[in-house]
Amino acid sequence: MLNFVLRRIALLIPTIIGISICAFAFVRVLPGDPILAMAGQHGVSPERYEVLREQFGYNLPIWQQYFNYLGSVLQGNFGNSLATKRPVITEFMTLFPATVELAFCALFFAVIIGIPAGIFAAIKRGSWFDQAAMGVALTGYSMPIFWWGLLLIIFFSGYLGWTPVSGRIALSFFLRPITGFMLIDTLLYGNWPAFVSALRHLILPAIVLGTIPLAVIARQTRSAMLEVLGEDYVRTAKAKGMSPRRVVNVHALRNALIPVITTIGLQIGLLLGGAILTETIFTWPGIGKWMIDSIFKRDYVVVQSGLLIIALIVMAVNLIVDLLYALINPRIRVK
Amino acid sequence: MTIPVEPVATTTKPISGLREFWYYFSVNRGALIGLTVFAILVLMAIFAPLIAPYSPDIQYRDALLKPPSWDINGDPRFFLGTDPVGRDILSRLIHGARYSLFIGFFVVVGALFVGVILGALAGYFGGWVDVVIMRIMDIILAFPSLLLALVLVAILGPGLFNAMIAIAIVLQPHFARLVRAAVMAEKNREYVTAAKLSGAGHLRLMLVTILPNCLGPIIVQATLSFSNAILDAAALGFLGMGAQPPTPEWGTMLATAREFILKAPWVVTFPGLAILITVLAINLIGDGLRDALDPKLKRS
Amino acid sequence: MKLMTTLLAASALVALTAGAAQAKQLVYCSEASPAHFDPGPLTGGNDFDASSHTIYNRLVDFKPGTTEVIPSLAESWEISEDGLEYTFKLRPGVKFHTQPYFTPTRDLTAEDVVFSFERQMDEESPWFNYLEGMTWDYFQGMDMPKYIASMEAVDDLTFKLTLTEPNAPMLANLAMDFAAIVSKEYADQLEASGDLAAFSTQPVGTGPFQLVDYQLDTVIRYQAFADYWEGKQPIDDLIFAITTDASVRAQRLIAGECDIMPYPAPADLEALQADEDLTVVEGEGLNIGYISYNTTEAPFDNPEVRKALTMAIDKSAIIEAVYQGAGQDAKNLIPPTMWSYDDATEADVYDPEEAKRILEEAGVTDLTTDLWAIPVSRPYNPNGQRVAELIQADWAAVGVTANIVTYEWTEYRERGKQADRKGPFMIGWTGDNGDPDNFFATLFSCSAIGVSNYSSWCNDDFEAAIQAAKTTSDQEERIELYTTAQEIFKAEEPAITLAHSKVFMPMKKTVLNYTLSPLGTHSFRYVDVQE
Repeated sequence: MLNFVLRRIALLIPTIIGISICAFAFVRVLPGDPILAMAGQHGVSPERYEVLREQFGYNLPIWQQYFNYLGSVLQGNFGNSLATKRPVITEFMTLFPATVELAFCALFFAVIIGIPAGIFAAIKRGSWFDQAAMGVALTGYSMPIFWWGLLLIIFFSGYLGWTPVSGRIALSFFLRPITGFMLIDTLLYGNWPAFVSALRHLILPAIVLGTIPLAVIARQTRSAMLEVLGEDYVRTAKAKGMSPRRVVNVHALRNALIPVITTIGLQIGLLLGGAILTETIFTWPGIGKWMIDSIFKRDYVVVQSGLLIIALIVMAVNLIVDLLYALINPRIRVK
Repeated sequence: MTIPVEPVATTTKPISGLREFWYYFSVNRGALIGLTVFAILVLMAIFAPLIAPYSPDIQYRDALLKPPSWDINGDPRFFLGTDPVGRDILSRLIHGARYSLFIGFFVVVGALFVGVILGALAGYFGGWVDVVIMRIMDIILAFPSLLLALVLVAILGPGLFNAMIAIAIVLQPHFARLVRAAVMAEKNREYVTAAKLSGAGHLRLMLVTILPNCLGPIIVQATLSFSNAILDAAALGFLGMGAQPPTPEWGTMLATAREFILKAPWVVTFPGLAILITVLAINLIGDGLRDALDPKLKRS
Repeated sequence: MKLMTTLLAASALVALTAGAAQAKQLVYCSEASPAHFDPGPLTGGNDFDASSHTIYNRLVDFKPGTTEVIPSLAESWEISEDGLEYTFKLRPGVKFHTQPYFTPTRDLTAEDVVFSFERQMDEESPWFNYLEGMTWDYFQGMDMPKYIASMEAVDDLTFKLTLTEPNAPMLANLAMDFAAIVSKEYADQLEASGDLAAFSTQPVGTGPFQLVDYQLDTVIRYQAFADYWEGKQPIDDLIFAITTDASVRAQRLIAGECDIMPYPAPADLEALQADEDLTVVEGEGLNIGYISYNTTEAPFDNPEVRKALTMAIDKSAIIEAVYQGAGQDAKNLIPPTMWSYDDATEADVYDPEEAKRILEEAGVTDLTTDLWAIPVSRPYNPNGQRVAELIQADWAAVGVTANIVTYEWTEYRERGKQADRKGPFMIGWTGDNGDPDNFFATLFSCSAIGVSNYSSWCNDDFEAAIQAAKTTSDQEERIELYTTAQEIFKAEEPAITLAHSKVFMPMKKTVLNYTLSPLGTHSFRYVDVQE
């Protein structure tokens, strides 16, 4: 197993180098000028422009710029945002918990509804429930989520007034972040009303972000269950007179859930992408919105380092999913 | 877009295969509905100038932001109302079908072309070719696809064509991976060895002998990509990085109308609905294709 | 579902009780995150709202709701006969904020004033470059280094500024945000500890509010400064809830999540005005959206052609479809609220027939041109693309084919400056200090060609008038000179003056004493909340 883990990690090194080159190169070829992007409506004098170019090292040959960048990244320095002058990594760490919290709740929402719906649909295959559930799932899967988010805001926040329009918590609560996860922080402060407020703010964004994972998980659970229910050992158990509920609980479920878990793992990378749209619509202060704003603001340093950090995280998550899968299913390791 | 259906049957299976495929496809009610809707959309796109009541670009300055005709304030001339500069929304939606289907088609063809070549090369030759190609695919897949597409569009400049290129680049690794796996599985089979012994060249082996045998999953992936491409293009348009106004692309229409969400919900509702219906239809077809082409599911 | 309802009910209750228990607070749904809190190097209106108008003061200030200069940290001032020496008497007993990170030991002195400006011009000072890649944008942009000969702290409460040449707008410049007065004592403390960057994130000022906490991209909290020299503000807590999307801001206001918001989307105005809990305060903006012809490019080098093309545009349609009533037709370069505005100027008429005739007379047929559309929404032009689409249709009617081009915003401006740029170029300007010079000289002087004179227009008579107006301090004479400048501008039409946008501030009826600033800033000084 250790061997397998090491080999998997070694395989990642060229990919990581490739990612760093890409992130670096993308930013160099972006149209627009980072120094002019910082200036306001008066522009910047040619002399000052040269001074700044030198300060940022934009006058060096491109490969040297890359190695300087790589060197500082290896020392944990991802550069400073051009707009706010704060270290990119500090901004990232401040905003990342918001995205994780949102993604986790979205996934939670998708799992607690998706898995039971999938199982039930498989057991009652062909029933009205199966058809309705799968119809809804496919609709969810086809949903342009930015539009879906707007509709939910119009209806629940605008028309019914049930949920807040945007933000992470009502402004009347002033809690300095401990972990950055609003649900955890409010509990750590023992502030129950604040927790409820944070939860209310999370509901709509979590539903919007969770819609596609929900659809995927429900469909995947159903087909995995169908497959397992058709296996010989399940049929045997059935034939031996085991109650259908016991068949499902004891035999089918455990085996059917293995592929579902992989699916869930793969959704995590997608959630980070989906967070871009969801966070934009709900003005959720997370990294998706941060990246979008930075692309539009031409904050080159943030775009470059943000891409790198996000790609590294996605890779790490995928690696963990792979390893977990190998742990559950030893046959993989041999390959 | 029923074209991909035919080659499956003719190249892989005898006539009865096509019939069998159609049998399994047509028992799937959802797939038939999807196919019908899709056919209507295609016809709508082709004959848009004939069907649409107005030109998508004519501005009726006397009718800005009119609600749909069934509303009390509606204008009978404009069935689905007008947008902020007085253009007929129905006409724009009908013309918009052209863009969405074109985006889907172009992206799938592009991604398929690049992905199949790269995947086949990697799977067939193995070794360092495989390593290099698959590492590059890994790099592309490590970035969240929408984020990568956004950055690529920012680099290439906002616009429909650039958005399509970006989406194709982001989607093609899925084809490459699929084809690589299939080629690797097939390349040591007897029929391939036989062809090799009889003197078939690399190209022939790859394209003529092996590839047709992994068409099933590729077709399913292609339908998936088709709907993903439409969604991603709309998302880019929504973020202002896709098709540029006044192009009646649905996502762009949504984006430019977003500020009217409270005042004139119809300018937001209809383009979104159009996207949903189109994508849903394609996904229904995709499901039908998968069920019909996947023997394992057929059995159960 | 039952659980859900219970939760909702519970939280609604909590919100109520929480509101009652709180001190008087005002929530402002601001439009963007501030870059940081040192107004000197900043450029954005949102940056200034969060720093210079809350945390800081300047020597002089604009009287709320006007562009008139009034005393602030300086109680009084004297300007020498030759217009070169400015002597300011500072207000005694002005306190700096006490923060966990800084406890002031002395009141404001002339040393602080000298430091506040010196850091922006002395390249040897560690503060000149204390943040990576910073520029003192406004200080440079207003040509301060060129005009300032010397600065001196005569005594604790006397500050003397000597100029190199007379400059009528100087006093107004000192009321601008970049001229905020910072604490030298605090700067020295940071210099000793080596953490210079903290100057921008942990600010210390003399202003009405002091910073309590900033959560990145989410919320800024201030509290009223108890020892503020004008007396403590009526509200206790000021909260900026950062909400970038205009429609979301409007919905938050309607839902009661905030009390006041800037920049409503024109489309939302009707709904906001209809809401009985809200009022929408309305005022004139100090801005201009215009389209620069390249006056060196044929056929746009012919004033008759320029005027004909302007005549072919239905400006009222643009104002309705793009500004949606939130703008007014611009007949001059400067907005009507600015002194020296020439009301005698005739508004542009829309007459496609006549325009076509003039074009034909000038030999312009089958003209194909680029039309540049701004890629971003600006206060002076909410939707450049839509303006371009409308003009495209109007020009098509007189036989002119316009191809809409646009680029990324920085690149757009860079390309627009090129002398050989093809086609009319959409742009605009927001006034900095309420002085007409800030419009005429900045945008259309000969020396601004290649910088911000996008028309490459250099007219001798116009130039003579605006240069004379800059150096004289006789108000009557200046008005006369600027009136001449406006007449020349209209006769030559180097640019299509499109519109001045209006400014709207929707707020709850409980918000009292809010004054709209023509300069587009948002200040919550003197604002109260009805309980």
